[in-house]
Amino acid sequence: MNRLGDLERAIMEVLWQTDSPLTVRQVSNGLTQRNLAHTTVMTVLDRLAKKGFARRERDGRAWRYRPAATREAYVAELMLTALEQTGDRDAALARFAQSVSGAEAVVLLEALARLEEGQAEGDSGIGLWEDWPTRHCSPRSR
Amino acid sequence: MGGLANATLLAAVAVGSVRGAGALMRAAWPRRSPAAAILLWQALGLATGIAAVGALLAIGSNGQRAGVIDGLATLAQRIADGRLFDAHQSVLMSLVRAASLIAGLALLTVLWCVLFSAFATAVQARRRQRELLALLAYGDPKVPGALVVDYPTAAAYCLPGIRSQIVVSVGTLDLLAPAELSAVLAHERAHLRARHDLVLIPFTSLRRAFPRSGVATQAHRAVALLVEMMADDRALLARGMAARGLLARELATALLRFGTAGTDHAPVGALAVAEGELTARVNRLLTPPRPLPRAAQATVFLAAALLVAVPIVLLVIP
Repeated sequence: MNRLGDLERAIMEVLWQTDSPLTVRQVSNGLTQRNLAHTTVMTVLDRLAKKGFARRERDGRAWRYRPAATREAYVAELMLTALEQTGDRDAALARFAQSVSGAEAVVLLEALARLEEGQAEGDSGIGLWEDWPTRHCSPRSR
Repeated sequence: MGGLANATLLAAVAVGSVRGAGALMRAAWPRRSPAAAILLWQALGLATGIAAVGALLAIGSNGQRAGVIDGLATLAQRIADGRLFDAHQSVLMSLVRAASLIAGLALLTVLWCVLFSAFATAVQARRRQRELLALLAYGDPKVPGALVVDYPTAAAYCLPGIRSQIVVSVGTLDLLAPAELSAVLAHERAHLRARHDLVLIPFTSLRRAFPRSGVATQAHRAVALLVEMMADDRALLARGMAARGLLARELATALLRFGTAGTDHAPVGALAVAEGELTARVNRLLTPPRPLPRAAQATVFLAAALLVAVPIVLLVIP
């Protein structure tokens, strides 16, 4: 359900904004949408705890919730898995391109500069590349 | 044909396929018709697997008169009867056959499990991606239809599935001009439409199964590059003839910006560089090679069909 997803997200935002663990009521107060039932917020927090995004601990008679990891950590997990920079989980995704290093990067920088030059002059660009060797490339100074 | 002859032929197909993969890796034509080349890669992979398993089973099944499949049935019958060793054979020969049979079945199991686990891992990793995106990603008018994630490095990818998603990082939005961004989105949409992820999974799993095998690693790289080239082509085809040159140029510029995002300045000095994958794609976009002629493409399709058919026939016929 999409509405529930939005609520999960809003609640995680509230948890990420504070350092200390929050009670259900504190989370409710932190939400922009104020008219939510106590039980609704509790249910969503429970779901987040089950999914592993939130941790909960007893504080007297109430539960207090805090995020299991920082937002940045989740962003890093998301992107590193997608870019296959972690060895363990292979999502077999098609990525647009990955950055190169060393000599190829130098050659590509030159090519980019030439392409941008051509753009400024209103060149169609295609002719620029005829002398570009297919197997071996070297900077202009060759 | 005797069982041993079949085994020899199957082994020859397996070895030939691996050699063929090496030749395909070095060939220049795949970038002219990536789809045909991908089909050939798939056929080579399938033929190697079937032939290698088949050769081992052919030796093990003792199929002197019958085909491998008949031989296996006979063997199963003998085991059921409690006569594992054939009275007409020496003990050594029987041991060789048993070892070969076990090796064949083990290889079949490994290949099957690896493929299955690669699928399962990918499905699980994608589910996790969806969960995380639901909490972290947001829309942006600069990239209509795509999700944006607060990540400084340039990254763009697509998450296939029933509710497919294109994901770009904030680093990408900062790096690319609007026209280049829309070219990247067109490329990613092409991936999603053609379900290129399904092409990649078997090769990903092979690479994971045989991490030390140069052929498996290089096959994965080659297919991944061909898939990117295919998406480049399809993104261009989705536009009108007149807009194609411009889009190709924007896509090439986007590729160059992505590739060099980590490089701050150009070191001085001439260097000879072997053409990298990114360079190959940029070259291809700016000076598109002519596709293979129809007849050549038909030959590739026929070769792919034969590659898969021959080991299967060898398994069945006596």
